[in-house]
Amino acid sequence: MKLKEIAHSRTGDKGNISNISLIAYKEEDYQLLLEKVTPERVKEWFKDIVKGEVKRYELPNLGALNFVMDKALGGGVTRSLAIDKHGKSLSSALLEMEI
Amino acid sequence: MKTIRIGSGAGYAGDRIEPAVELMEKGNLDYIAFECLAERTIAIAQEEKLKNPEKGYNNLLENRMEKVLPLCSEKHIKIITNMGAANPYAAVRAIKRIAEEKGVRGLKIAAVLGDDIFDSIDKYMNYNILELGEKLKTLEGKIVSANAYLGVDGIVEALRNGADIIVTGRVADPALFLAPIIYEFGWDINDYNLIGKGIMTGHLLECAAQVCGGYFADPGYKDVPDTWNVGFPIAEVSENGDVVITKVEDTGGLVSTATCKEQIIYEIHDPSAYITPDGIADFTKITMEQVGKDRVLIKGATGREKTETLKVSVGYMDCFIGEGEISYGGSGAYERAKLAGEIVKKRLDYIDADIEELRIDYIGLNSLYKDYISDSMVNDRTQLGEVRLRVSGRTKDRKNAELIANEVEALYTNGPSGGGGAMKSVKQIGSIASIFVPRSDIKIEVLYEEV
Repeated sequence: MKLKEIAHSRTGDKGNISNISLIAYKEEDYQLLLEKVTPERVKEWFKDIVKGEVKRYELPNLGALNFVMDKALGGGVTRSLAIDKHGKSLSSALLEMEI
Repeated sequence: MKTIRIGSGAGYAGDRIEPAVELMEKGNLDYIAFECLAERTIAIAQEEKLKNPEKGYNNLLENRMEKVLPLCSEKHIKIITNMGAANPYAAVRAIKRIAEEKGVRGLKIAAVLGDDIFDSIDKYMNYNILELGEKLKTLEGKIVSANAYLGVDGIVEALRNGADIIVTGRVADPALFLAPIIYEFGWDINDYNLIGKGIMTGHLLECAAQVCGGYFADPGYKDVPDTWNVGFPIAEVSENGDVVITKVEDTGGLVSTATCKEQIIYEIHDPSAYITPDGIADFTKITMEQVGKDRVLIKGATGREKTETLKVSVGYMDCFIGEGEISYGGSGAYERAKLAGEIVKKRLDYIDADIEELRIDYIGLNSLYKDYISDSMVNDRTQLGEVRLRVSGRTKDRKNAELIANEVEALYTNGPSGGGGAMKSVKQIGSIASIFVPRSDIKIEVLYEEV
């Protein structure tokens, strides 16, 4: 199953750092996200794109995780050579991950 | 318990005006805030101000004010905005002019100054740059702007002095919303658990439609009614800091716990330490409850004491980016696009172009996620019906950036067969470096005009 079946997501940017939320549609699926979507797996999934550390923050009250990915935006929003300089579309990529 | 109603009239510099007008007409608002300043916007505005000392504010300011000034006056809705960009006092004079032309009277308009520290930038040359890990002096000669992120102080002072419209330069986005809450409820600015709740409300509103079903729809998974007409949000804020997020009835979009969750986590890093000039908010204990159609009750944010320093965005002239694109279709589209990409790369080597970094993408295949993720989604590259080659490169000067763009265009007559729709561009890139300066270095001043 793809993450998209149980969660939704939005990406934000600050300089060369990208943050991706991962929010369970149903409260009971939060535990599954917690177990399956480790920062190590997220770093591996984005290995072509993210050159720095991936940190995971937990928001159990909201059934959500926040992944903060360093050196993720091609040198920063202004000087990135990517077509999507802000990395806005990275949320959709995270939801493609199989669990 | 006393409540106030604050609307959000813009989520970025170029945002739509109709939803803001609708909000002022039908939202029963006390305040509306327009957030119009991205990280880089001030550097660009500073250039405009250098050319013309009466410019350097948001270029939609006149357009917006013509539409909203009559409503501000008739309905007694106070307006707070960072549309002043590099020149808040010129923006105030422009608003005064428009009010006079439209016969709107009885308004006090305030400019909050003090964020612009460009004139004293020399004394910070030994400060460390957050993004680069180097001293600021490595950018000497390239710096074009320096603006501190201000908190609520100037805005609250203007409200206490009876201002109806308040125009700022760089302030932290949530402060545009936190300021009227502090003023209306007489909150103690050292009561950080309350301040944390106000920051939460500001953060939920600062991107306008993004909390009301904008930037949310995903057909079949997250359906949004009438997305074309998505409304802008209203916060009903209680004296204890609890807030209901809602929108004007009959507008498109939706306000649900899901839309609010996406927005509260948007652009934050550690949710227990969301740092703003007015305090450090902690979002980890927030709870959300759907309490009606398009009504979500949010509470539970806390806070901690503000930091001793303020963040300063330093704008500098960084580099150039040259770009070109061309499309290929039909059988073999990918193979021809790939050949085209190889040709451009060889040519740039051959003519000895000086390029810091070069990137080659195939739009429709891997331009967003590169190969590892893209290959998990596309079964067979050779079956794609069309592929668009994109080449972009970063250079120190314009001349070398032009070489990149021109080599892509030259694929028309020199490259693989059937290439079409070539486009090229060369841009000078201004970037942002952040430093942290002592609060005591920043002197806030509020100037007023009346009509």
